Order: sequence, then structure tokens, then C-alpha cells
Amino acid sequence: MGVYRIEGESGEWEMVVGLEIHAQVVSKAKLFSSAPTEFGAKANTQVALVDAAMPGMLPVINGECVRQAVRTGLALAAEINLHSVFDRKNYFYPDLPPGYQISQYSQPIVGEGKIEINLENGETREIGITRLHLEMDAGKSIHDMRPDATFVDLNRAGVALMEIVSEPDIRSPGEAGAYIRKIRSILRYIGSCDGNMEQGSLRCDANVSVRRPGEEFGTRCEIKNLNSVRFVMKALEYEAIRQVEILEVGGKIDQETRLFDSGKGETRSMRSKEEAHDYRYFPDPDLLPVDLEADWVEELKRELPELPDAKKERFIDVYGLSVEEAGVLVAEKEIAEYFEAVADGRDGKLAANWVTGELFGALNATGLDITASPVSALSLGGLVDRVADKTLSRRIAKEVFEIMFDTGGEADSIIKDRGLKQVTDTGAIEAVVEQVISDNPGKVAEYKGGKDKLMGWFVGQVMKASQGKANPQIANEILSQKLNV
Amino acid sequence: MAIDKATVLRIAKLARIEIEDEATDGLADELNAILTWVEQLSDVDTEDIVPMTSVVAVKAPQRTDNVGEATPRDELLADAPEEEDGFFVVPKVIE
Amino acid sequence: MSALTDLTIAQSRIGLEKREFSARELTDAHIRACEDARELNTLVAETFDHALERADAADKRLAAGEDGLLEGVPIAVKDLYCTQGIHSTACSRILDGFEPPYESTVTENLWRQGAVMLGKANMDEFAMGSANVTSYYGNVINPWRRRSDNKPLVPGGSSGGSASAVAAHLALGAIGTDTGGSIRQPAAFCGIVGLKPTYGRCSRWGMIAFASSLDQAGPLTRTVEDAALMLSAMAGYDPKDSTSVNLQVPDYRAALTGDINGLRVGIPAEYRLDGMPAEIDTLWRQGVDWYRDAGAEIIDISLPHTKYSLPTYYIVAPAECSSNLARYDGVRYGLRETGGDLTHMYEKTRAKGFGAEVQRRIMIGTYVLSAGYYDAYYLKAQKVRTLIARDFEQAFAKVDVLLTPTAPSAAFAIGEKMDDPIAMYLNDIFTVPASLAGLPGISVPTGLSEDGLPLGLQLIGRPFEEGALMNAAQFLETVAQFTVRPPYLTGGV
Ligand SMILES: [Mg+2]
Ligand SMILES: [Zn+2]
Repeated sequence: MGVYRIEGESGEWEMVVGLEIHAQVVSKAKLFSSAPTEFGAKANTQVALVDAAMPGMLPVINGECVRQAVRTGLALAAEINLHSVFDRKNYFYPDLPPGYQISQYSQPIVGEGKIEINLENGETREIGITRLHLEMDAGKSIHDMRPDATFVDLNRAGVALMEIVSEPDIRSPGEAGAYIRKIRSILRYIGSCDGNMEQGSLRCDANVSVRRPGEEFGTRCEIKNLNSVRFVMKALEYEAIRQVEILEVGGKIDQETRLFDSGKGETRSMRSKEEAHDYRYFPDPDLLPVDLEADWVEELKRELPELPDAKKERFIDVYGLSVEEAGVLVAEKEIAEYFEAVADGRDGKLAANWVTGELFGALNATGLDITASPVSALSLGGLVDRVADKTLSRRIAKEVFEIMFDTGGEADSIIKDRGLKQVTDTGAIEAVVEQVISDNPGKVAEYKGGKDKLMGWFVGQVMKASQGKANPQIANEILSQKLNV
Repeated sequence: MAIDKATVLRIAKLARIEIEDEATDGLADELNAILTWVEQLSDVDTEDIVPMTSVVAVKAPQRTDNVGEATPRDELLADAPEEEDGFFVVPKVIE
Repeated sequence: MSALTDLTIAQSRIGLEKREFSARELTDAHIRACEDARELNTLVAETFDHALERADAADKRLAAGEDGLLEGVPIAVKDLYCTQGIHSTACSRILDGFEPPYESTVTENLWRQGAVMLGKANMDEFAMGSANVTSYYGNVINPWRRRSDNKPLVPGGSSGGSASAVAAHLALGAIGTDTGGSIRQPAAFCGIVGLKPTYGRCSRWGMIAFASSLDQAGPLTRTVEDAALMLSAMAGYDPKDSTSVNLQVPDYRAALTGDINGLRVGIPAEYRLDGMPAEIDTLWRQGVDWYRDAGAEIIDISLPHTKYSLPTYYIVAPAECSSNLARYDGVRYGLRETGGDLTHMYEKTRAKGFGAEVQRRIMIGTYVLSAGYYDAYYLKAQKVRTLIARDFEQAFAKVDVLLTPTAPSAAFAIGEKMDDPIAMYLNDIFTVPASLAGLPGISVPTGLSEDGLPLGLQLIGRPFEEGALMNAAQFLETVAQFTVRPPYLTGGV
């Protein structure tokens, strides 16, 4: 797979993308108030006085949000700034009650870091993280309740966000997708963000420009509020082509903010663009700088769970998995945990096969999440055991799995109840083989006459006669003995 | 330096304060006088001086992540100039 | 019965405890005084019924022996404090009619100690002013008059209503707020005591913000002892204010030992201004002599960055206010002017809702924070502020308190100094430096001008050493024997 290029009339163009991810911090209360953060409550029922910027109200930092930001920074292999400052970003908007967003501007809590992304072709690339800072979310403006009015719900106002800013290292929609998925995976591993894009817990802004490969960066446009990986990829694809088309006819890109219309699959300029922003950042005098203890940060680092990359390495080493298998199994923390429970004390490769094969297939078909799987890891382990000790043939095992998935039973009891145990007793199989040979003299003659391919047919007959319980390998061996005399 | 009419209007726009046209000149003069007066700070050598971020030398206190009571909605909306269905209402915003 | 309004807080507490009079009688006397003094325009909201209820409750607690530090003491509260269900507007049109569903920490503390609120005191709009002429509810009149003419005078500002009410014996004490001198300067203009505690000593929660890094609550009283009593009740750590400091509040009255032997009093050379009225200079020298004669050590010191204090203040405070006042947008509470789209609504609301001085400071603040100017103005000012604070730190290595005049003049007439904002700003020239450094300062009335107006001296103390500061101030009070009553009380108005 080659590099991603946009074909223009006059030659190839390269896309340059930096992403800003807004990830909602997992916390019970908001960043600067004790109002709840729960999703989906009735409008304006989760608002503390300070969230509504009532006169004289003051913010106090939620320590849990600081802790989660630091843990996230550590997980992104980033520098933790022991001294950071909350600034005010001043602008007027009805869902921003104080007229400023409390954010971190010149001294964020987390500095430079990096992550490795995994591309579809199996390659990996490193993407730089510029910074991560804490800030408060705004409320929600609803424009379609009345034709002449905008309605404002402040439930989200003040919810803690981590803004994770990447370097402009991304070169294709695929890389952007892989980047977001990786960030999401890491956040979910450490539990600092639930990563739920539908509920807006993870949102993305993209800075996009195009250039001739290897040349200077072009003028960039910012696409705001992309709320799914698919939309990010589509928006980038569209936007890069749009820019190339302008440049190809000698035009010039305006640095502007654009919106992605997911219905039309297009980006369009925001009408408010002519108003130049001047955010007048300055340190929030209501809040003192945040000073962290180095020891505390070290402790958080030690307590960090195993992250996807490390887990992948270990899966490859310990369980003998392929890079692809390991990649699939570590993408989600819950899947990795499930797999490890299945693989515990068993053949890892076999366990991986069952998880990524039968289990994923069944989950996909029913639209269930692994955490809602009707077959627990322990149960699937029980089934894998019966495959490993040859109690079940692969075919019967699949049947047992289906029963387990539908009814939630254990492999052993299903095998027992339904008499599905694989027959490995040579004597019993020999009897069946003899029966098959004596029932089919014609086929035997054909075989002996040189039609070797009939062996498969004979094995099938033996399996059929044994209702699939005969061990096919043993059946095969006995058949060749008997037929080749 | 001089703040001209255009600057006054730009600042007023940023600050969301409507300025009557006939007040602009007077305001420009006043702002100029004040800014010229504060300009004397440029006489102070502040090389290597850390800007003050807080007059109290204490660490930022941190709240524990406990949920407290949200403001009852009727209290929150009690003084709202316009309110409907539990929402604050403002003139239509066009994006 | 007029005697009840002539008491100090400390005296009233003794009278109440001895059952010489009830809290209701004491409150009633002050309500009548307030009613008689409406021409002074000190209160923008009278809460007399509420006061009587509180007084009755105080009497019950007094009877039960459960009285607090300020049980039954009627006071006035600057309209900058949010008081639950009661007019809290910062004397701005934009908040006209606002009655918050919450109570500020400082007032809550006072009510817990039994204080009784007579009403909300007038003030400069959003505390921006030094003459109490920018209030949406009209200017306040100082109970003092000049001998030379009988023109009504300003009480100073921004806590002008609080100062005037205490000086006119309408309340036993009042609370104000001080951002650049807004307690000390009106106290000096009205001949009373005004204390600005160390930044962080009193909670700012529920106090409508002007400039967050400077605003501080404090008492206005007729004696230093009363200031000590009130501060003990008001002060304290508040987890709801991140800038409030978690330190024990001492018994300030116990700090008033009267002993100033060995006290090192610093006299900052830079506070001697060219063109300063001779009577101010004379008053200051008198103060120095008093201390010297009583055995204190007088030390000449230098605060070299003093002259940059006002320009620094007039960058920092407007910058913070431009952001703090952005919330008054006509969306959630307060005034809304309709017409046109959202931006028009904002612009009209804020143009109508804010007075000229507030608009001016918002404009200045917006400008100094705007792109391309931040470094030259705001950042520069915060660096100079560091130097100003450092000057004080170095001075306090050598001295215990600093003695300066409080204001460069006595109270002036309404209409004077009004056309030039900078001339008005100069009122705070002696008070602003301590504000920038977060230090406690107190103004004590120590003499009269040639024209018969009160003049005050200021003492500046070490951070969180309000007790020592008030002890030094009480010496000044004792030796100055400032007992002249304002003409308003002696029928001279
Ligand atoms: Mg951003
Ligand atoms: Zn952001």
C-alpha cells in the first residue's frame, strides 16, 4: 500500500492533518463545580450556580480531573508539567455563561508526547502529541426548537474536557482514523474517558492543509466538531480535494473554520468567520496555579495499567499470536481482558481463534458488545478445553458454541446432555469403518482402482454414521489401513 | 500609539458594548489619555521578572469528586429574561 | 434614645449583654435613624422588617446565653454582597432587581455571629469609583460639610454608602469591599475606621467580582476595636473560594494590647508627593511624632516602584473586570435590551446596563488584553506588580508597619474632579500599592482639614498580621482623640 496522494491536474498533493480531540474526563462532578456530569438529564437540571456564572460565584478545581489528565498524559508518554495555569479564553456565546472558557493556554498540564498508530496494512507510524490541557465544556445551544430563537441548556457547561492536540503528523484519512482509534483505546484502557462518540464524550476538530509532497505546509482550515471516526475520515477526504481544486486553478486557501455537513458529506465555511477572534487569554485570577508533586506523578505512573502496545507485545510473546491477531485483541480493553481469561492456562493461539472467530462472529451478528456476551470467558475456556483434549471435533464444538451462545449453558453439560462427545476409541471407530466398507463395495472397488479422492467421501460417511462424533483423524487412519490392504 | 475611531469600534465590538457614533471621538480621547498615562510602565526594567499570577503564595485547593446538589431549575431560571420549556432563550444564533 | 446610635459595637454588645436595652430597641433606633437620613442616599434597599425579625431572634439568643460575636448589632451591607432573596445589584442597572438565591460567605458568617442587616448600602457601580457617583441609584452624600461652603460632599468610594451610613450613625458598622482603596479612602473621607484585610483572609464567594486578584471584604466602623470585632466574625477560610487562605482566624480584639513599645514604623519616602496639600503632610508628620514620642522606632524606607502602582492598577483591574463583567449579557439574569440579532442584544444590553465608568474600564481592559497588546500592557503590569510586592517584602524585613496618608485630599464636592478620569483615579494613590501586593491596610481618622473635614492616616501591615496592624492603629486612634462629630449629627447640615 502506497502513500496517500490526492491527484491534481498538475500532479500529486499531500494532505497534512493535525487533530484536536476533546475527551470528556470520567468524573462524577464537573471540573469547577459539584454539579453532576451524567448524560441525558432534563435540560438545566445539572447546573451549579457557578456553571451558570451567577454573580459572585467562584470555581474550585476538581482534583479527580487533574489526576485523570495526568494519568492520560503519562499514558501518552508525555511530559507532565508540575506547574500549570488555568487561563480565561474570552468570547461571547449564549452557552458560555461567564463569557469566558476556563482553559489552559500557555502552561498546560501536559506537554509533548507521542503515540504509535497501527495502519490497515500492518505498518505502524508515530504521531506526535503537542499537548494536553484541561478545560471546561460549554453548554448546548439548540437551534431547531423555534424558528426565531436559540434554546440554551447548561447541563454540559463546566464538564471537564481534556483537549489533546496532535502534531501535524497525519497524512491520510486512514491515519486520522487510526490515530483517533488509538487515542480512544488508550483513554478507555486507563479509564480517563469513556470514549463514547455518540454521546459526545469524544469529539474531534481537524486542521487540514495540502501541499506538494515534501514542501512547506500550506494554509490550513479547521473543521469543527466531528463526532465519529467515519465523519473525520470523510471530512478530510472532502476537504483535501476541495483545497487541491482551489490550488490547481491558482486560487488561495482562506484560513477559516469550517463545518462538516454529514448529510451532504461536505465541509462548508461557518458564517461567523468574518468576525476575527481575539480571545484575550489571561491567567484566571479566581484560580491559583496547579502545582503537582513529582512523587505523586511517579506514583500515578506506577499504577497505570498495561497499555495497548505493551499488551500487544506480550500477547505475541506469551501466547504466540500473530501481529494481526494481537492487534485485534488489544484494541479494546474489555476484549483483551476477555481473551486473557479464555487463554489463561490454555493454548493461546486456540483461544485467540475462538475469540476472534466464533465469538466475534456471533457478537457481530447479534450486535452485542463483548461485555454483554452470553458466553462468558470462563465458559468459552471450558469449550476450548474440550477442543484441546479432542473431546469435541471442530464441527461439533461450533455446534456446542452456538448452543452456549443461545442458552448460556456450559460446554461440558451440553456435551453430556446431548451425547456430543467425540469418539476417539479406535475399536468403536473401526466398527463403523468396517460397516461403511461392507455397505459400499462399489466405492471400495473404485477406490482400489485408483480413485484416491474417494478417501474424503469415506471419511464423510464414517462421520455421518457416527453422527459427527468420530475423531476424523482416527477415522482417516483406520480407513487407509483397511482400504489399502 | 493613539487609539483611533476604528480601534474604539473594534474594542467595543469585542466587549459587546454598543457605542453611539457621536460618542466615539470622546471615548477615543479618554482611552488615549488613560493609555498614555499607563505607558509610563515601559520605564520599568522588568527583565527576568516573573509576572504575578497570585498575591497569595498557596497551592490551588482541589475539590474531591463528590456530586453536590444542582440548582433547582426554577431557581436557576427565576431571573431569566426569556425562558421556555426549561431552557434559556436567546435570539436565533446563526452559525 | 439617640444614645443608642452613638454607641460603638463593643459598647452595644456590653449593653445588650447587661440587658440595658434589647436588640430590638437597638435595631429600632437605627431604623429610625436610617429613615431620617434618606437624603444621604446611603441605602439602596432597606430591609427593616427583616432586621426586626433578626433582632428578635438575637434577643432570644441573648436570653439563652447563646449570643454570637455580633449578636444584635445592626449593620449595613454593601450592595456588592449577594444576600439571599434580597436586592443585590452592585448598584448597576444591569442587575437592577436581582435577588440571588444564595448568600455570600462573608454575610453568612456575620449572620451566624448574630449581626442584623439594616439594608444594602449604596456604592459605585460594580465598585468602580472613588466618590460614589457612579451608582445607578444616585450618589451618596457625606455627613460632613466644609466650613467654607455648604456644598454636599462625596463620601469617597466605592464603599461610599457603607462609610456614610457608619459616619452618620445609621448603622453601628458596615461591610465594604476594597479593590484599590474602596474601604480605606471612603473611611478617611467620612472620618471613620476602614480596614482592608490581607487578600485571602475573607472569602470572595458571593461577592460580585470587580477585579478578582484585588477584591477583598472588610469592615467600616467607628473604632478600631469594632473593626477587630467585625473582622473576627467575617474572616475565615472558605473552600468555595480557591484564593481564600486556610489560616486560623485569631481573636483580633485580644491583639489590641495598646503596647507599641519597640514597634518599627516605616515611612516610605515615595509617598511624599509633589503638590500634596500641606495639611496632609502635616497630618502625616504628626503621626510620625506620635509614634516616636510613644517609643516606637521610626525608620525611613523606600518603596521605589510606588509611582508605578496606579498605572499598574489601571491595567490589571480593568483587564480582570472586562472578563468578570462579560457574564452580564442579558441571557440568564438581569437586564436584557431586545432588538435585532444576538449580537445586538448583547451590545444594547451592555450599553444600557453599564454606566460610563464601567464601560470605560471594560474598554480599557479589553484593549490591554487584546492580541498584540497583552505583553506590552497586561504582562508588563503583572511584572511591575511583582516588583511592587517585592518592595513591600523588603521593607517588612526592616519595619513592622508602614505609615502613610490614606488619601491625597479631604472629601470633595459632588461634581468636582468628575470630568477627568485620571484625576479621579489619583484618589487611590496611597491605597493602591498595598492592594496590588495583597497586604492589609487600615485607615484611622486622625485630624481635621483646615476646612473642617476629616483626614485619615493609613497603616499597612504584613500579610495576615491584621492583629498587629490594628494594634498599631488603635494607638493612633487613642492618641489622635478624633471625637468631632459630622455636621449632619450636630445639626450643621
Ligand atoms: Mg482548540
Ligand atoms: Zn478546547
